[in-house]
Amino acid sequence: MTVMIDTGNYIAAKAAVMAKPQVVAAYPITPQTTLVEGIANYVSSGEFKGEYICVESEHSAMSACIGASAAGSRTFTGTSSHGLLLMHEMLHWAALARLPIVMCNINRVVGPGWNIWADENDSISQRDTGWIQFYCSSNQEIFDTVIQSFKLAENKDIVLPVMISYNAFILSHTSMPVNIPDQKIVDDFIGKYVPQWNLDVDNPITFGNIIGPSGYYKVRRAMQDAQENAKKLIPQIAKEWKQKSGFYHGDLLELYKCDNAEYILLSMGAIGAESKVAVDELQKKGVKIGLARVRTFRPFPTEEILKLAKNAELIVIDRNISIGSEGAIFNEVKAALYGKSDTKVHGFIAGIGGKDVPYTDIEKMCNKAIGGKAKGYEWFGLEEV
Amino acid sequence: MKKYKVVTSISYPKTGAMGKTGSWRVYKPVFDKSKCVKCLRCWIFCPEASIKREKDDTISIDYDYCKGCGICANECKVKAIVMEREGE
Repeated sequence: MTVMIDTGNYIAAKAAVMAKPQVVAAYPITPQTTLVEGIANYVSSGEFKGEYICVESEHSAMSACIGASAAGSRTFTGTSSHGLLLMHEMLHWAALARLPIVMCNINRVVGPGWNIWADENDSISQRDTGWIQFYCSSNQEIFDTVIQSFKLAENKDIVLPVMISYNAFILSHTSMPVNIPDQKIVDDFIGKYVPQWNLDVDNPITFGNIIGPSGYYKVRRAMQDAQENAKKLIPQIAKEWKQKSGFYHGDLLELYKCDNAEYILLSMGAIGAESKVAVDELQKKGVKIGLARVRTFRPFPTEEILKLAKNAELIVIDRNISIGSEGAIFNEVKAALYGKSDTKVHGFIAGIGGKDVPYTDIEKMCNKAIGGKAKGYEWFGLEEV
Repeated sequence: MKKYKVVTSISYPKTGAMGKTGSWRVYKPVFDKSKCVKCLRCWIFCPEASIKREKDDTISIDYDYCKGCGICANECKVKAIVMEREGE
């Protein structure tokens, strides 16, 4: 094992290369990040032995990944904000085609209002594409999640593409020490890629053919079943990874000091990491509060949230906004509780457009909710802008 | 034939997976063997494999699946295949 001190993007590149994809297809210019530059470095050093396809757009990047994956290759790509949005059509395609493509997305603001700071609206907008969605809060978690995602995506009970999102700058461009296990450990863990279907001249099939309503209905249902399977497999695969590497990132919700909590804070991504400090500070002041950091947005951890709601009020912070409705996690948390729990849920929008959310602000939000002064849902910190 | 367990839009080689598509036809190709020069262009170009190659390198037409696209008649340089409206 070695320790590598590097940015989230270069750590993701390292993880992706160690997973040995046979094809990486990526668009190299803005809104692309240094993630694919990192992979290109491994091409020039000879460490990456797969095919690196430089394409002319993100729509093409995902299309090339779909082609490569359909041909039976382990496939990886990376993107961000507008790049992810340009892929949107093909994201649906990859999931409906049940191709286990792994992709990192750097959560960046969507324009206009050109801005490359952290905001989760890009990937939240991909909610219904069928992709499994992880949100990381440290560079070690990025590394572990990328490695685990290949094993997860390729599992016969999943066979869905996986997106690993992490906040721009706060993680993508910030260096942290990360434990990198030996290549052999990664090789043994992920194993050789065995496609669940592929285009093969010796076994001709038609793919993407016309399909009647009842057949299509079954395809969608099978995707839903796969997402349900992921709820069990994500922690199971993470446990296996822990046995091999020593590190664990694997729950749908990462619980932090939730025992006997009267309030549970739910947040995601970089705010999720900052929330730990806020919880520590609040506990010092005698507040019985814990943190449930949302790691998977799809599948959504409905059952776990319901368990937490038995004994605690929930406070949700969203770094995204479904305009005309509410924050996405706030929405989903309430849906999870409907008819099964009457606990109060307080929602905050914070950090949109990359606006900094320090732990002191998270404390303020929590105190407002705990003190009964919060509205059902509100935008935090607007007056400071 | 290898079959996959994963549920997605995959179809396996089979005659008439969509039923007897010959019923879709508005114009039908009519073959005149006496004009045929055995070039087999119709057999090569038929997108539905509805032109059958006979032992003498002339052809026959499978009307169960021929959709009546007319490519064979278009390709035939000696007008051994002509398109006629169905029912006439």
